[in-house]
Amino acid sequence: MKQQSLWEFVVEQHEKLFSQILEHLGLTFLSLFLAILVGVPLGILIARNRKLANPVLGIAGILQTVPSIALLGFMIPAFGIGATPAIVALLIYALLPIIRNTYTGITGVNPLLIESATALGMNKRQLLFNIQLPLAMPVIMAGIRTAAVINVGVATLASFVAAGGLGEFIFGGISLNNTNMILAGAIPAALLAILLDQCIALLQKSGYASLRYLKLGIPILLAIVAVIYVWPSASKSDLKFGFTPEFMGRQDGDLGLRSVYGIQIKPKVVSDAIMYKAASEGELDVISGYSTDGRIQVFDLLVLEDDKNIFPPYYAAPIIKTKTLAKFPGLKDALDLLAGKISDSLMRDLNYKTDFQNLTPEKVAKDFLTENGLLKEKRNGNAGTIRIGSKIFGEQYILVAIYKMLIEGNTDYQVETKTGLGGTKICFDALANDAIDLYPEYTGTGLLVLLNPSQETIRKVSQHPDKTYDYVNAAFKKQYGIEWLQPIGFNNAYALMMRQKQAASLGIRSISDLKDYLDKAN
Amino acid sequence: MIQVESLTKRYNGKTAVDSISFQANEQEILVLLGTSGCGKTTTLKMINRLIEPDSGTILIDGKSIREQQAEQLRMGIGFVMQHSGLFPHYTIRQNIAVVPKLLKWSPKQTEQRTQELLEKLHLSEDVLNRYPQELSGGQQQRVGIARALIANTPVLLMDEPFGALDTITKADIHAEFKSLQELKNKTVVLVTHDVQEAFELGHRIALMDNGKIIQIGTREEIIYRPKNSFVSEFFAENRLLLEYKLTSISALMPYLHESGNFLNQSNLSESDSTWHALQKLSTDKTHALDYERLSQAFGEYRKSQIR
Ligand SMILES: Nc1ncnc2c1ncn2[C@@H]1O[C@H](COP(=O)(O)OP(=O)(O)OP(=O)(O)O)[C@@H](O)[C@H]1O
Ligand SMILES: [Mg+2]
Repeated sequence: MKQQSLWEFVVEQHEKLFSQILEHLGLTFLSLFLAILVGVPLGILIARNRKLANPVLGIAGILQTVPSIALLGFMIPAFGIGATPAIVALLIYALLPIIRNTYTGITGVNPLLIESATALGMNKRQLLFNIQLPLAMPVIMAGIRTAAVINVGVATLASFVAAGGLGEFIFGGISLNNTNMILAGAIPAALLAILLDQCIALLQKSGYASLRYLKLGIPILLAIVAVIYVWPSASKSDLKFGFTPEFMGRQDGDLGLRSVYGIQIKPKVVSDAIMYKAASEGELDVISGYSTDGRIQVFDLLVLEDDKNIFPPYYAAPIIKTKTLAKFPGLKDALDLLAGKISDSLMRDLNYKTDFQNLTPEKVAKDFLTENGLLKEKRNGNAGTIRIGSKIFGEQYILVAIYKMLIEGNTDYQVETKTGLGGTKICFDALANDAIDLYPEYTGTGLLVLLNPSQETIRKVSQHPDKTYDYVNAAFKKQYGIEWLQPIGFNNAYALMMRQKQAASLGIRSISDLKDYLDKAN
Repeated sequence: MIQVESLTKRYNGKTAVDSISFQANEQEILVLLGTSGCGKTTTLKMINRLIEPDSGTILIDGKSIREQQAEQLRMGIGFVMQHSGLFPHYTIRQNIAVVPKLLKWSPKQTEQRTQELLEKLHLSEDVLNRYPQELSGGQQQRVGIARALIANTPVLLMDEPFGALDTITKADIHAEFKSLQELKNKTVVLVTHDVQEAFELGHRIALMDNGKIIQIGTREEIIYRPKNSFVSEFFAENRLLLEYKLTSISALMPYLHESGNFLNQSNLSESDSTWHALQKLSTDKTHALDYERLSQAFGEYRKSQIR
């Protein structure tokens, strides 16, 4: 199959790209605007009342050190999902530079000038608007500039909470191993950052007079934002769908739902990390997920039956280069100790332990190995180092921990783990470029994301788990010199899920039921 | 008229201004003179409430300055800062117009008054659209003075207004300043540490030391009747020069026996200082005799002053 060029991708997806850019701008501007509205007065306040300066700057500083994804996560209980939590999170990030620069700008004004203005009879308000703010303006503008650039960057993460923006392409592309998609998101994001930076630099040069332009700009900005957020909310169905960026772009995801089941919906794009919680809280009704996820039982969700078989099997197995196996004799035997040992329900249980009982993956791995009589004393050998990678979700962390203990207990090799690699593409590239030696992969992912063969082949090989496994193993060997070792046992296929209660009350058990319900509703 | 009564200001237990009292009258320039750190600026700033005193009272035209809002008070007092204190983000025009704007004058009135002051202070019109940093030190000082004069307040406070200038420019500005009609019916308090400036501009001088006024009086009183050794020592270095400058030719008339027909010949008038006359006469050999006579007359006059 001919590779699609970036330009072709952009042309094909230009509508999506355009709306993502608009959303991105909307998020950035609105949050920046609110941050100015909050930050500048706060800066003025602490400049007048210096005792407050340290606590306020301290709190803003701490808020800024909270990792963006975590911050977005904290927002959900309070603001649900969508634009609101994203804007609040962005606002919080933008606050520190704005407050701090307002404060340093105002306190940095030459005290002689303040005295001079006071001596002429200015009151506090006149002093602020005539002398302090204008003289501090270049510094304040520099703060706003910093905040704007930060916000363009952080706004890419807004797609995790279904707020849209260019993050949809960037993170979708990373999950889907689609470089064009990544670039189609990343290049405009970078350009936006540069553009915004330069625009504000211009304002900065024009000094205090620029405030007048800002007054003009605000209504325009609000109008843009209103159009962005009011327009698409005119959706018909009352069921709210939330899919991960990965699910959105895959044949076995949203595309399959459309083409095989004929389900035409406008889902929100949302991160896996918060999707389940959003579903259990009623923010979303139908979500995409993984069938071994520990959260299914915690949040009391029902996995809808895939009666038309669009989700191919996702059997997990370690993948590794053939030449690496040759280099480390005995490694294969150690890895194969896990073959067929973990069933769907066992995996769900292990996931539950890390995700909800907050046990460390190491502890869960150790307990599992002990129960199965596989745990052996660490040999502390130094015959070489094996580097194991993992994607950024709990299940992979557990598998990596198990493999580490198996290798260190059964061979003389040492293990170095590189966990939390962003997604399929990052893991696979790391493996292909020998940055890691192995990582657990899923047959379905190998088939659809990495190999991406014709529709015909996909239909044929995804009928049966063994066929899928044999196909990917053979193709990987041929194309990349990479082998699939024996599957671990469980099938972590994609699934659609709903809250048990809601599914029961609507009489939905399978995806076809869902389709019928949607048809009736419209 | 400003009346200051037992005014005291302490900073962290250290007394900067120590229970001082004085009075500044209408139509006079009162100079606060003293070495660095003696409390001049502190005293001046208490008059327009930039600094609040620990104790003591200040009356302007018989009314306590605490009776009105600080901003109102300050709008009625022209103030020239120790350093020009012009706003760097305002043009000269805007800098001069700060107080009119606060007083809500019409643009026309402001413009008219600005033009008037430009002329009086010998500033060319093209400075109006420039920014302070584009002006020379002397020009900046004049703009600072224009800004303080614009509202024609009855009281003017000046903190070393000519401090940053070289001696030649200073002499020029002194001359201009003295001849300003604007000042004639104001109460002016001027702070300086420059003895010559004090004698050049002040009608009366208050000599300060360590937060106290040691002596207050006319220039003649200060020079010829020093209250104590501190005062006489303070002026010891400049004494003769000051005396020459202080004495006008009219004061020497009784001692010029062959009455001063040299006056018309050499373009001098009775109101000129002896210093000025001697300077002028010394440059011309034909007036050598006049020079000698004048010196003699001064010597006799001086004997009569020092008792
Ligand atoms: N804000 C302040 N805090 C503490 N001490 C001060 C403060 N302002 C002035 N002082 C002290 O008070 C004394 C008088 O200061 P002031 O500024 O009135 O002196 P000055 O006579 O104007 O001197 P100069 O000729 O150098 O301007 C000095 O000893 C000075 O150190
Ligand atoms: Mg001073």
